Amino acid sequence: MTNVLNEWAFIGVFFLLAPLLPSLPIAIAALISPRKPNAIKQATYECGLETVGDTWVQFKVQYYVFGLIFLVFDVEMVFLFPWALAYQQLDFFAFAAGLLFIFLLTDALFYAWGKNALEWS
Amino acid sequence: MESRSTPNQFLRLGITLVILAVIGGGLIALLNGITGQACLNNLSSCLTNNGWNPGIAGFVPILLGVLGVATFPLLVTILLIWVERKFAARIQDRIGPNRVGPFGLIQPLADVLKLLTKEDITPTGADKPIYNLAPPFMVASVLLIWAVVPFTPYHYGVDLEIGAIYFVAVASIATLAVIMGGWASNNKYALLGAFRTVALLVSYEIPLAMALLVPVLLAGSMSMVGIVEAQGAMWFMFMAPIATLLFFISSQAEVGRAPFDLIEAESELIAGFNIEYSGMKFAMFFAGEFMHVFTNGVLMAILFTGGWWGPFAYEAPLLGFFYLMIKSSFWYFISLWVRNSLPRFRVDQVMNLNWKILVPISILNLIMMALMLRIALGFEQSAGIVVTDFFSALPRTGFLLIGNVVVLVVVWLWLGRQGRQQRQLEEMNRFSVTATGD
Amino acid sequence: MANMAMTTAAQNEWQGDLSELKGLVSERALTGETMMLNMGPHHPSTHGVLRLLLELDGEEIVSCIPDVGYLHTGIEKNIEAKTYEKGVTLTDRMDYLAPMSNNMVFCMAIEKLTDLDVPERAQVIRTICLELTRLNSHLVWLGTHAIDMGAMSVFLYCFREREMILDMFEMLSGQRMMGSYIRPGGVWRDLPQEFLPALETFLNYFPAKIDDYERLLTNNPVWIDRTQGIGVIEPDVALAYGITGPSLRASGVNWDIRKTSPYLTYGHYSFDVPLGEHGDVYDRYIVRVREMRESVSIIRQALKHLTQASGGFRSNNRKFVPPPRSELGQSMEAVIHHFKLWTEGFSAPDAEVYMAIESPRGEIGCYLHGTGGNKPRRVHFKTPSLIHISALSMITKNHFIADVVAIIGSVDIVLGDCDR
Repeated sequence: MTNVLNEWAFIGVFFLLAPLLPSLPIAIAALISPRKPNAIKQATYECGLETVGDTWVQFKVQYYVFGLIFLVFDVEMVFLFPWALAYQQLDFFAFAAGLLFIFLLTDALFYAWGKNALEWS
Repeated sequence: MESRSTPNQFLRLGITLVILAVIGGGLIALLNGITGQACLNNLSSCLTNNGWNPGIAGFVPILLGVLGVATFPLLVTILLIWVERKFAARIQDRIGPNRVGPFGLIQPLADVLKLLTKEDITPTGADKPIYNLAPPFMVASVLLIWAVVPFTPYHYGVDLEIGAIYFVAVASIATLAVIMGGWASNNKYALLGAFRTVALLVSYEIPLAMALLVPVLLAGSMSMVGIVEAQGAMWFMFMAPIATLLFFISSQAEVGRAPFDLIEAESELIAGFNIEYSGMKFAMFFAGEFMHVFTNGVLMAILFTGGWWGPFAYEAPLLGFFYLMIKSSFWYFISLWVRNSLPRFRVDQVMNLNWKILVPISILNLIMMALMLRIALGFEQSAGIVVTDFFSALPRTGFLLIGNVVVLVVVWLWLGRQGRQQRQLEEMNRFSVTATGD
Repeated sequence: MANMAMTTAAQNEWQGDLSELKGLVSERALTGETMMLNMGPHHPSTHGVLRLLLELDGEEIVSCIPDVGYLHTGIEKNIEAKTYEKGVTLTDRMDYLAPMSNNMVFCMAIEKLTDLDVPERAQVIRTICLELTRLNSHLVWLGTHAIDMGAMSVFLYCFREREMILDMFEMLSGQRMMGSYIRPGGVWRDLPQEFLPALETFLNYFPAKIDDYERLLTNNPVWIDRTQGIGVIEPDVALAYGITGPSLRASGVNWDIRKTSPYLTYGHYSFDVPLGEHGDVYDRYIVRVREMRESVSIIRQALKHLTQASGGFRSNNRKFVPPPRSELGQSMEAVIHHFKLWTEGFSAPDAEVYMAIESPRGEIGCYLHGTGGNKPRRVHFKTPSLIHISALSMITKNHFIADVVAIIGSVDIVLGDCDR
């Protein structure tokens, strides 16, 4: 019990420290680097010209479609991990259930494929 | 517009040095205090005996462990920059860094020093908090992977029972960092890069995780330590070559390295998501990427080529660490080789490759592996084989290889058919000249 | 204060009122549905200071407006103020990847205008130089095209070989790039002793290197995916736009000035004109790579020809070509000629000529109008890059950003050549 707790304490500390370690050099750089801002220096880089129109425009829906498909697959993937973990001890029924699940997953992929959700434009 | 004068700069440098000295001195004092008690073996109980609060005493070894595990990849990265530049130089028939230090070895340090003193420019209109958070996140996501890396049979950050899922989870923080950086920069090139990331990095996580399922399946464990130990008899690379390849390709894509470097494609998007970053923040993105490539090498070594396994790894843990590094470097060099040889994909081609080729293959591969493993288990049970060494693992390897061959044949036939169809389509679409005049 | 001035200068630039672009961009850009993106002038893969104003729907190009003039140097106008001989030096700076071609077309126009004869040996030397220039230019093209597509190593390999060519140019003229080696009436000086062995070494070394590039690219699936079917130019469209050179031949139109109206000694040599059939980026790549092989064979034939060629390295007409240094100490006439040529220059009749040759990029033409005096009234160069850029907005339609980069690389433009 303490062991598991210790493990997660380790991960917890790691989560806190991991962003801090790279922040350290950034902080040092912020202290010792020169700071002479001016309007042109801070202008958005767009090949040397003023940018035209807003950057944060409404963007093509295609990206979201891929995002959605990914989400479906990613969530289902998480369910597969326990199955794979216990695989060597599973009986035939659980084995078949796992396979069925994968087939459903594949079916989803081919459905999306058939609906042309996987085409870029 | 002159905002700060030079003396101020020196003052800030002085303050920084003092702070660093205090931190360093404190650490040394702490270590001295600890080692003076000669209780390295069981630090927390020793500290408790010396009158420390048990809660804090239990925390100290964890903190030290975290620092140790997290600093190692950061230090390796500094060397990697040199290695990568030299290696690329060799491939491209040039010399590479050779001025600073012997063989240019100190070059990365010089670069770091230079970047430290570079002005940090935040573009107007940037979303500042997010803009500043993105670089540390990038590095953090890679560092976090190292928490579960088994360096030797006895040395690892932590042996998480769900190591594999943990890896998938923390690795995707990098995607988040890229999107944060790209979006917050308020730059169209950065935004395009960030959007490509959404499509690319996210998609390649599917075959990556699918390939990752295979070692989990074979080892019957999700812990990285367990997976390495399960490879004592036979490396998973020989049992599941297709999964190895899938994992390698997708991890190459996850890092955004050529031929998948379209998120920062310097010839199209100039630098993609990190176009507006300068100074140390840019360096962090850069370091994060380098570290990620090597981390992928380490993961390849752990998951498929037996981690620290090698002759006398149990007897001499340092040797195990050495083996791990050798294997990781091998994969790392292959990744560099690929990077320096191939042109870049286009965004729609990358998505096609993923969703229409890699994902179906990875699903098929997983099914075949599951089936063949079941058959192999049945065979082992009936023949009374217990997998303990190389020879007893041979039947299982044989069965799994048959599975791989089946997958290969199916894929070959299927891709061949698809390729022929596509070629016909392309020939139809590809305009053919009829009129030639002069 | 300086900053203030800079700010106002930046503000005086086009401020991006989209209504000005009506008709050039789609309606959706005006409502802000699509994104306007400046690609260039400071962009790594626009091959110089080309600016493309792209209208993007996601990654797809809705419209593309090329904007040139960022490298305008006024070379044509400057030549009007210089004697003919001095004008040659300026032409080097136009298409800086193929300076010899520019020299050549300008000198050919002058020679036509003044009816100046060039000895055979000079012609052969010029041919060798032009083909070396073609190799030089195609190598830079291949390298930059490849690095635009992400193949970094090819870039360095190409520049490694180009270095040998530049070394040879340095032997010839003392300058690596802007040699001004070709002069009215011949070339600046005879081939130096070390040139021919160096050329021989290069010719033996180079074909294997072309094989190397091809091994990395030609059958590479990624390369094929990125280039086949991209940026198609149909032959009638290409002719309508006036596209020339390898870009035209990739569309299957058999037009090469070296063949159709042979200049120099090209008529003596047998060589193929590689043709494409699809007119896409891939075919333009294949055509240029084959052209490199042809160039090597032309140089080999020219070297054989050189041993039999008669005459000196430049014309003996002292009214146009300065006498050799050795004569200056002995002949009063030589001193006078020398003085006249280097102070006043030679005169050309009040007439107009147009000469065109096949530069690595396509047809480069020179229109020259003399005054009867020692300076031209008007010089105009018809350059391939300008025409290829003008076709960009047509070619890039409905492609991705990544394809734009591939297309720019494939039509092979040099902005110095375009803006002049």
